[in-house]
Amino acid sequence: MSMVESELATLTAAKVVDARGSACPGPLLEAKKGIGAVPVGNVLEIWSSDPVTKTDIGAWSAKVGHAFLGTLPAEGYERVFVRRSK
Amino acid sequence: MSDTLSIVLFSGTADKLHAAATLAAGAAAMDRPVNILLQYWALDAFRADRIANDHGLAYDASRPRFNEPVGEVGAIPWLETFRMAKELGEVSILACAGSLEVLGIDASALDPLVDSSGGIATFLMAAEGGQILFI
Repeated sequence: MSMVESELATLTAAKVVDARGSACPGPLLEAKKGIGAVPVGNVLEIWSSDPVTKTDIGAWSAKVGHAFLGTLPAEGYERVFVRRSK
Repeated sequence: MSDTLSIVLFSGTADKLHAAATLAAGAAAMDRPVNILLQYWALDAFRADRIANDHGLAYDASRPRFNEPVGEVGAIPWLETFRMAKELGEVSILACAGSLEVLGIDASALDPLVDSSGGIATFLMAAEGGQILFI
């Protein structure tokens, strides 16, 4: 269910988690912690400077049943988007 | 096959404690129940009065690093990772009753991260049908 960059750029996240500077599994754990504060159907945005985060968040989303929407590049980090589905 | 990840944590050096904590936290984040049995040197590392100490590196570490305190290698945040694991999911940490006896440790002297002490059958029942790792 991934979205193109122009669509991602229009998203407003219900919560933004800043995990920059944190190595694996830090950003994943922050995402797990953060998703609880996002209402079902809304978007969680994770900021990470760790290049494996997007792949890991994709795997995590598939396992726990959320929708991985994609990533947007930013200055020295990536913005990773997940829609809470349950 | 059961989704439960079980880890027999035997080693008490910071690098191995961290490897186990990373697996436990990752599995917990992915909604898998985690079942940990502390034996020997891992159990010793979880004594409340020593848990915050420098636990050093395994013999696998290269010699120049092995002789450095962990702080100089780079902080290994194993304790914080275990705390996160327990906060995020269903993570049970059991102290092996046999190891407590051998090391002369009273269960009450362990850090509160440890849920209880128990026998091997208790651990194996909880692990049944899932993966078991030995670290």
